[in-house]
Amino acid sequence: MITVQADDLVRILPQAILAGFAILVMVFEPFLPAARKTLLGWFSLFGVVAAGAATIRTSFSPGLAFGNSISADRFSLFFICLFLLVAALTLLGSFHSLERENINHGEFYALLLMATVGMCFMAASTELIMIFLGLEISSLATYVLAGFKRQDALSNEASLKYFLLGSFATAFFLYGIAVVYGLTGTTNLLVLSAQLGRSGEFRPGAVFAWVALLLMFVGLAFKVSTVPFHVWTPDVYQGAPAPVTAFLSVGPKAAAFAVLLRIFLGAFASAGSGVFWVFWASAILTMCLGNLAALLQSNVKRLLAYSAIAHAGYVLVGIAAGRGEGTAPVLFYLTVYALMNVGAFLLVAHLAGTGERWTRIEDFTGLGYQRPAVAACLAAFMLSLAGFPTTAGFFAKFYIFRAAVHSGLIGLTIVAVLTSVVSVYYYFRLIVVMYMREGKAEAASASLPWALRVALAISVVGIFYLGLYPTDFLLLTNLAAVPLP
Amino acid sequence: MEVLLLLILLPPLAGAVLNGIFGRRFPQAVVSAVACTAPGLSLFFALLTAWTFAHLPTEPAPYVHSYFTWIEAGAFRADFALYYDRLTLVMTVAVTLVSFLIHLYSRGYMEQEGGYYRFFAYLNLFLFMMLTLVTAANYPLMFVGWEGVGLCSYLLIGFYFPRKSASDAGKKAFIVTRIGDVGFTLGVVLLFWTFGSVDFQYVFTRLEALPPGDLQGSLTAVGILLFLGAVGKSAQLPLYVWLPDAMEGPTPVSALIHAATMVTAGVYMVARSHALYAHAPLALEIVAVTGCVTAFFAATIALAQNDLKRLLAYSTISQLGYMFVGCGVGLFSAGNFHLMTHAFFKSLLFLAAGSVMHALSGELDLRKMGGLRHQMRTTWLTFLVATLAISGVPGLSGFFSKDAILAGAREGPLGDPRLYWLATVTAGLTAFYMFRALFMAFHGASRVQPALEPHVHESGGKMTRPLLVLAFFSVVAGYVSLPKALGGGEWFHHYLQPVFASSQALLSSTAAPAAGHAPSRLAVMGTSVLFAGAGFLLAYLGYVKFTGLPSRLTECFRGTYQLLVNKYYVDEVYDWLIVRPLRRGSEIFLWRIVDAGAIDGLLVNGSAQATASAGNLLRRMQSGNLRSYATWVLLGAVLWLGYILLR
Repeated sequence: MITVQADDLVRILPQAILAGFAILVMVFEPFLPAARKTLLGWFSLFGVVAAGAATIRTSFSPGLAFGNSISADRFSLFFICLFLLVAALTLLGSFHSLERENINHGEFYALLLMATVGMCFMAASTELIMIFLGLEISSLATYVLAGFKRQDALSNEASLKYFLLGSFATAFFLYGIAVVYGLTGTTNLLVLSAQLGRSGEFRPGAVFAWVALLLMFVGLAFKVSTVPFHVWTPDVYQGAPAPVTAFLSVGPKAAAFAVLLRIFLGAFASAGSGVFWVFWASAILTMCLGNLAALLQSNVKRLLAYSAIAHAGYVLVGIAAGRGEGTAPVLFYLTVYALMNVGAFLLVAHLAGTGERWTRIEDFTGLGYQRPAVAACLAAFMLSLAGFPTTAGFFAKFYIFRAAVHSGLIGLTIVAVLTSVVSVYYYFRLIVVMYMREGKAEAASASLPWALRVALAISVVGIFYLGLYPTDFLLLTNLAAVPLP
Repeated sequence: MEVLLLLILLPPLAGAVLNGIFGRRFPQAVVSAVACTAPGLSLFFALLTAWTFAHLPTEPAPYVHSYFTWIEAGAFRADFALYYDRLTLVMTVAVTLVSFLIHLYSRGYMEQEGGYYRFFAYLNLFLFMMLTLVTAANYPLMFVGWEGVGLCSYLLIGFYFPRKSASDAGKKAFIVTRIGDVGFTLGVVLLFWTFGSVDFQYVFTRLEALPPGDLQGSLTAVGILLFLGAVGKSAQLPLYVWLPDAMEGPTPVSALIHAATMVTAGVYMVARSHALYAHAPLALEIVAVTGCVTAFFAATIALAQNDLKRLLAYSTISQLGYMFVGCGVGLFSAGNFHLMTHAFFKSLLFLAAGSVMHALSGELDLRKMGGLRHQMRTTWLTFLVATLAISGVPGLSGFFSKDAILAGAREGPLGDPRLYWLATVTAGLTAFYMFRALFMAFHGASRVQPALEPHVHESGGKMTRPLLVLAFFSVVAGYVSLPKALGGGEWFHHYLQPVFASSQALLSSTAAPAAGHAPSRLAVMGTSVLFAGAGFLLAYLGYVKFTGLPSRLTECFRGTYQLLVNKYYVDEVYDWLIVRPLRRGSEIFLWRIVDAGAIDGLLVNGSAQATASAGNLLRRMQSGNLRSYATWVLLGAVLWLGYILLR
């Protein structure tokens, strides 16, 4: 029997606050007239900020909670802060575009908060069942969010595909947990890690242990969309409302990476070489396919979807680099990736206009002359995604590659560098049409609402801050990487 | 103190940002107010910092403050840190003062030009970069300023970019100095390799503790590589070719960047690295010889130039050569002294030339001037003062600083009679070509085109007042270091002594004593005055008294004259030796074979085909069909499981 103590509650304070706000949003929703739903958005934003403040309180009493199933450590707090940042940026960017698409319902905000709660639990749990619960909470919320444009066939299709394939993949994860339990009699990562610590590597006969690890990998690989589990990504990203895509491409992905780190570089770090080659091969496949496919896209949302796949490949390089080297660069990368990807998707969502009509690359022709500031923002995101120096994208890639080289993964690094050279081509295609082609950009519609401006400003400033002064933040990620069990 | 130091840097940056972003919407008065306040404030803070520094208990030890870590990668670390000692003090004050005056002058000069705000934004940005260069506390940060001034110089040379010659000149400056920058970068890398740091204080302390003769090889290499950077930036042989073309920019730019400040960056860098050069006498000798030969070479070209600004450009190259001689013989303070006085009189010459140009609607050909002193009294007077100063007429600043260098070439730790004589002859040439320019422009009968004649006028107060101030400094700046032989205290020299003392002591102890007995300081002065006087006399005879003489002389020495007029055909030789082979190579090899054949044919078209077929595969993968997606997921899972099980 688990007895709940005050400290236990403090250690899940951010999640509790978010969940509370989500419920309150649902309660208030029926009482607000349709034109005022944005108020709920601001209320949710307030909730996110409150949860952010709560992380400070939590950080003063770190430790395990609820019978060792939750760990409030620097690692989980880092990810919670990252998720809150993503949620806040998505909220700021979604108000106007929801109104425009006429889908400004309170449920959107509640679902977004619930998805964030699930992600926070994924990052903070040291118990496989708890991780699974977090995964399910966030997944269910995002399935609904993907289909939030109920009148839109593409959006419905996206939701259904995501739901069916997602359930399929989580089944693998659950099956993996079951096998782990069958082998060891526990699902707690701390206990597992201690047992492994005694026996070193898996016994050669324990094939099932490998099977268990792999099943869990498949479930998570689906969420981070590594090849060949990425197939859903372009369709869903294209179909879902753009603010949701911004959230999807970053939030659940980062959460799944947090779990991957906890399981494969944390608890099972000593399990060694068997899974390493899976990461190695996945990284190569993902980087190559993501970047090559992005070359062929003419739709900006699809282009960004493939670019998101490619970026997952780079993060896998960091994981393949191993525990001592890779964790901090992965954390750095995920943060940078969140800033630039959310920014890019939100901006594209806005420029696409009502019904998201203008999403072809040609629709951006000449944008640099008509909307210099907007185009400069988009160019900054593209430069950062391509990994240009002075932007954060450069250092993110640099630290990952450096970690890989230190771990002796020369071949993997060469592939990573070459594919990122390829990526420059498609990112720059957007910059070229914006600045070097004459024309009237279809996408240069309404002026930016100021909430979106704030979100973009945060992303752009973040990108350049981390691109110019990466040292302090790298130190922070080093600290956050320490408590991996 | 650390705040004050930053405050020197920030106003020009703020001015550049303000004018760069909003300048288009500001009226001209606001633009110029913003632009001129910035260097004014910088000057104020530079003086305030100087005062504060003088009252520090640690003075004259350098004051270093690190603001934040800028780059950290492995063992390599560079801070955003500023370094302030007496040398920095002199540089900041001189740079801000001259640029403040030039900003003021530019208000009048650029009044009628388009892109007023753009001009001032660049000018302010330049000042910020220059100040970064002189206050940096490590080589990478110095390199930021170094490249920054290069960028601004490029932008300002090409300011009239619709004119092809202007944009070409901009590109030429950028590319030629880039060759030097490669050397600079390699030098810094090698320095890091040797000491594991690029921080001035750390490296210099290590160097001072180093026994002479240690690490000689790598230090000499570092010294030569760094000097290669200086050769590019300060327009020395063989990379000087960009500077005369740089005169395509607006004249205040020529004055500020291509005479008074940026081009002296190389001299400053060599002086700043004195501790390094003290351990590399060979590198220092190369500095001195390059400087001396350049001084002579450029002076001979200047003899036959008819374009006023180009003549001044060659004169600048020549004077920069002098400064390198000063540094190269081990008298760093002499080099810097000349740097300072030169900043005043050369910017004055350029600004006066600008004033002439203004009056003659852009005419620069000396053959189409003459007799201007009647219409333009202030300009004439100030030009005269500057000419006297640069020619080394006793009593003016140029005399003292040039004399310090000449004496150094004789008595300095690495002095050599050959350097001394070449430099002295150059002094005579300098007097000749400067007086020739003066006489041709301002004296004698007017050769101004009749259409322009009624238009000739003195420039407005906005332009003449800075001229007068600069003229004042051109006269008096020399008195800060009156030589002992004339009863002075050599105050400037002694002031900089704490900075350079250790290096000079080291050089004097290692260098072989100069052969023969050195002539007294008065003899040195006498000789240089004699040569200058001869130069003046020749110019006077040829261009005032017997005006027919020069043309008859050029008839006699047609070959030599043509050689000089055409600047020794160096541009043509470069074109023939480097540019054309490069272009042909690019056309045949890079374009036809590599680009059209390999890249377009093989890589672009080939990869297009490859990606197209890969795309087909992808398209089949991305069918949109849910069942096939699920199959892919299953396939992936089976694949990985199979790998694990069969491993």
